[in-house]
Amino acid sequence: MSLSTVEAKASEVPAEDPAVKGIQGRTPLQLVVARLRTDRVAIISIVVIVLIVALAIGAPLIAAITGHGPTDTNVDTGTDANGQPLPPGSAGYLLGTDNLGRDILVRIAFGARVSLLVGVLATAIATIVGVVVGLFAGYYGGWLDSILARIMDVVLSFPYVLFAIVLVSVFGSSLELTILVIAFFSFAAIGRIVRGQALSQREKEYVEAAHSLGAGNLRIMFVDILPNLVAPVIVLATLLIPTAIIFEATLSFLGLGIALPTPSWGNMLSDAEGVGFQAWWFYIFPMMFLLLTTLAFNLLGDAVRDALDPRTERIFAGRRKKKPA
Amino acid sequence: MPDPSEDGDVLVRAEGIVKHFPIKEGIFFKHQVGSVQAVDNVSFEVRRGETLGLVGETGCGKSTLARCIMRLFPLTAGRLTFDGADLSTLSRSQMRPYRRGMQMIFQDPYGSLNSRRRVGSIIGDPLAIHKLASGVERRKRVQGLMEVVGLNPEHYNRFPAEFSGGQRQRIGVARALALHPKLIVADEPVSALDVSIQAQIINLLEDLQGEFGLTYVFIAHDLAVVQHVSDRVAVMYLGKIVEVADVKDLYATPRHPYTNALLSASVVADPDQARTRDRIILSGDVPSPINPPSGCRFHTRCPKAQPICSTEEPLLKRGAQDPSGHLAACHFPVADGEKLASEKATILHTVEGFLAEAPT
Amino acid sequence: MTLLAVDNLTVSFPTADGTVQAVRGLSFSVDTGKTLGVVGESGSGKSVSALTMLGLNPGADISGSAVFNGQELLTMSQQDLRKIRGADIAMIFQDPLSSLHPHFRVGWQIAEAIRSHTHVSKQDARSQAVELLRLVNIPQPERRVDAYPHEMSGGMRQRVMIAMALALKPKLLIADEPTTALDATVQAQLMELLVQMQNELGMAMIIITHDLGVIASVADEVLVMYAGRAAERADARTTFFSPHHPYTRGLLGSVPSATGVVGTRLTPIIGSPPSLISVPTGCGFHPRCPFAMEMCIDEQPDLVPIPAGPSHTSACWLPPEMTGVGIAMDTARQRYASTHRGARSAKLPGVIAAVEGATVYA
Repeated sequence: MSLSTVEAKASEVPAEDPAVKGIQGRTPLQLVVARLRTDRVAIISIVVIVLIVALAIGAPLIAAITGHGPTDTNVDTGTDANGQPLPPGSAGYLLGTDNLGRDILVRIAFGARVSLLVGVLATAIATIVGVVVGLFAGYYGGWLDSILARIMDVVLSFPYVLFAIVLVSVFGSSLELTILVIAFFSFAAIGRIVRGQALSQREKEYVEAAHSLGAGNLRIMFVDILPNLVAPVIVLATLLIPTAIIFEATLSFLGLGIALPTPSWGNMLSDAEGVGFQAWWFYIFPMMFLLLTTLAFNLLGDAVRDALDPRTERIFAGRRKKKPA
Repeated sequence: MPDPSEDGDVLVRAEGIVKHFPIKEGIFFKHQVGSVQAVDNVSFEVRRGETLGLVGETGCGKSTLARCIMRLFPLTAGRLTFDGADLSTLSRSQMRPYRRGMQMIFQDPYGSLNSRRRVGSIIGDPLAIHKLASGVERRKRVQGLMEVVGLNPEHYNRFPAEFSGGQRQRIGVARALALHPKLIVADEPVSALDVSIQAQIINLLEDLQGEFGLTYVFIAHDLAVVQHVSDRVAVMYLGKIVEVADVKDLYATPRHPYTNALLSASVVADPDQARTRDRIILSGDVPSPINPPSGCRFHTRCPKAQPICSTEEPLLKRGAQDPSGHLAACHFPVADGEKLASEKATILHTVEGFLAEAPT
Repeated sequence: MTLLAVDNLTVSFPTADGTVQAVRGLSFSVDTGKTLGVVGESGSGKSVSALTMLGLNPGADISGSAVFNGQELLTMSQQDLRKIRGADIAMIFQDPLSSLHPHFRVGWQIAEAIRSHTHVSKQDARSQAVELLRLVNIPQPERRVDAYPHEMSGGMRQRVMIAMALALKPKLLIADEPTTALDATVQAQLMELLVQMQNELGMAMIIITHDLGVIASVADEVLVMYAGRAAERADARTTFFSPHHPYTRGLLGSVPSATGVVGTRLTPIIGSPPSLISVPTGCGFHPRCPFAMEMCIDEQPDLVPIPAGPSHTSACWLPPEMTGVGIAMDTARQRYASTHRGARSAKLPGVIAAVEGATVYA
């Protein structure tokens, strides 16, 4: 290639295209971050999540400061003279104690570890499995899709509590089992969405282009199609975390998840059974944290979806954005 | 007519290419209820270094034929050779080495580029797939390609959304060039672009052809564009090639009535000619390719149709007065100077009829 | 007689990324019975201006005036506008699917359009619908009148749209890319139909298109738009044979002519159309113009009369007598830009000598 032709052709295009100005150098991710930063609900949700994560990480620190371990039954200081639990604000027990004299604040902090660990890990496993299954089903179609799609339908229509009871009675309850059970019942939700998206992406011209270049199926699936599914998958995963947290709390409440005495928000609630209005702090605080966490994740998920979907930009702008002719 | 395969002049030879898409019904147990006969028994050749234009209206099968040449799906029947190798029945992985020799440019400058990947990675994709270059070497070659097609190499890390339609089409061209193919199949490469940008891309394609000795199959519905870029032109109607000829012969003495109608209907950017030209009326719409007409597929709309046209399929053949290579599939080819039915008069009749009847 | 006079029309849309200046001071007029072709690339504001006149651009900031048949359209209430739309001014859009209701039979939709503006019985409206479908060349109109839009091909739906537009014999028909989505044979047929209906009914037409071929075959007058402004206005022959504005010349140099000499190279316009959020200063075309001078960057040219043709006006700082098509844009750009960027227009006649019908470089 001679230099002169290169020059001649380059001269046909000005270095700075006016049509491109204003969107230069902004990656899709940067755009999403920029939009999130203007969304007050998203900021508050992130702050709440960060605080709860800090609480979980700092749980041992809180235990050290207060001097109470999460499972310590503080026989001397944790109950009043009559052996009754202490209300919130009592000396040394910010959120009070339960009927065994355990520090509720410390238990909540350790419970946050369980909740977040289960929520994030179960969602991560569910997302990976869901994406792979959904991609294969949607991309290949045919009999593979028929089988995988049916499996996902079955999983979604399964009575999961019954299934969990059976599993626990066979294997005994544990953290690992809880995570796997939640992941198993959650992957289908992501898998179905990914399958649907992959089905439509498969027909796009860029896939045909990759095919014409000689790209193999795996490459097309994971290098070409997958990046186009990142947006819905992120949104779904964010929304799955609170579902998984509630799932864990439900299982633990029923005694099928995290085994006592290890604290989790779910089994703390189950402990509070029957205490009625007298010892309201038994259930109010775990419930509050559960609600706050799931609400924050749900609102963040909605905010991320809005930020990822450019059509909602119009709502932010407050006016109808019309593309001129 | 001498057989061009003797002298190695032919790059692509298609014989009796058939592509039917099955129509399936049922949720659990799919069964075929019919088929779309998108391309039906089409034969042609593409010579080295030439541009073969492929024209026809929506649904005539020109895009399907392009994908048959690219072997993007299995052929229903027929034989396809590329550069001497028979590709007709190769599997997808067997096709891979041949893809280096043939590349495609797509119509939609938006849909054909993966919006989530950076331009450098898109253009470098063929190099990565065929393991020809990686790292710094790949980056250098991609930037060289960007320069060749008139893009700023510094924009290597941008996303497609940061480019205008014309620049995106240049990205598609650079990607097609990356493997130095012999053949480029361009499927409506300019029809989605603004007029002034179309000319930029056409000029670019012409320059690249001269520079790299490329062979083009150029698909378009715009007859003026096809005339401008092509050496030879094939006209398609409902899955068949109805006429093929050197560009001059085809535009000067079209033999098939459909080619005549198409040419008379194409609007020219010249007010004097555009107004004096009389158009040939075609009755009705294009029939469905699921159930195409018998015999000559054009007979339902042809102003010259005779009984034989609905029973016997005409084959592509050379007219007595035509140069070699000018073939038309018609029982009653249009003679020099012959006039077909006029549109103006017919429409005027309809308009007057309407105004006479309609209450005011 | 002037049917529609648009004066200094400005339309802008506030968006999250900035204000889109879709139309920036557009003036033109259409005479009764005449066809105005509006040509321009995407983003030139050609569709927006038409939609604005009909009050179909909610959320836009609009100023200027558009007087139709003595009535100001831009300040009219939606109720009054609705009476005018369909009856006096009809519009055909590029995409017929978006303008036809998917759940109603096409015949019913045409009949409703007729009945909403005139007092006729359902029976009469229906028979008129059948006649209209016959007029636009739909086979078996008695049967097709009961079809749903999705049962028809794209070409047939567009014909239904045209039938609906013609139903009340409007005084002005605005067709926005009416045949762009259609095949050549169908397109030719429909354009011919429109022209003949126009002749019989004496209606005025505004054809908005990017297709110079369509303009050449139907337009009496041509308005060339660029970046929301009128670049040039002339009768069809002048536009095609002795244009003045470099953009018009660039457009003509970009299209291969089906009758042109095979093998000649096209002369495209460099670059791409500008973003309407940040329109270039001065003349909006100057970044792409081979003749751009310093004053083009600073000062916005207005439409001024060009002696080459009757009622010929052009918004360009080039001398009015410099018209013609045969311009080698690339060469001109290189030679002129390298030596004369920054030169004042006074120097121009010395560089470029204009002759009748074509321009040569001295």
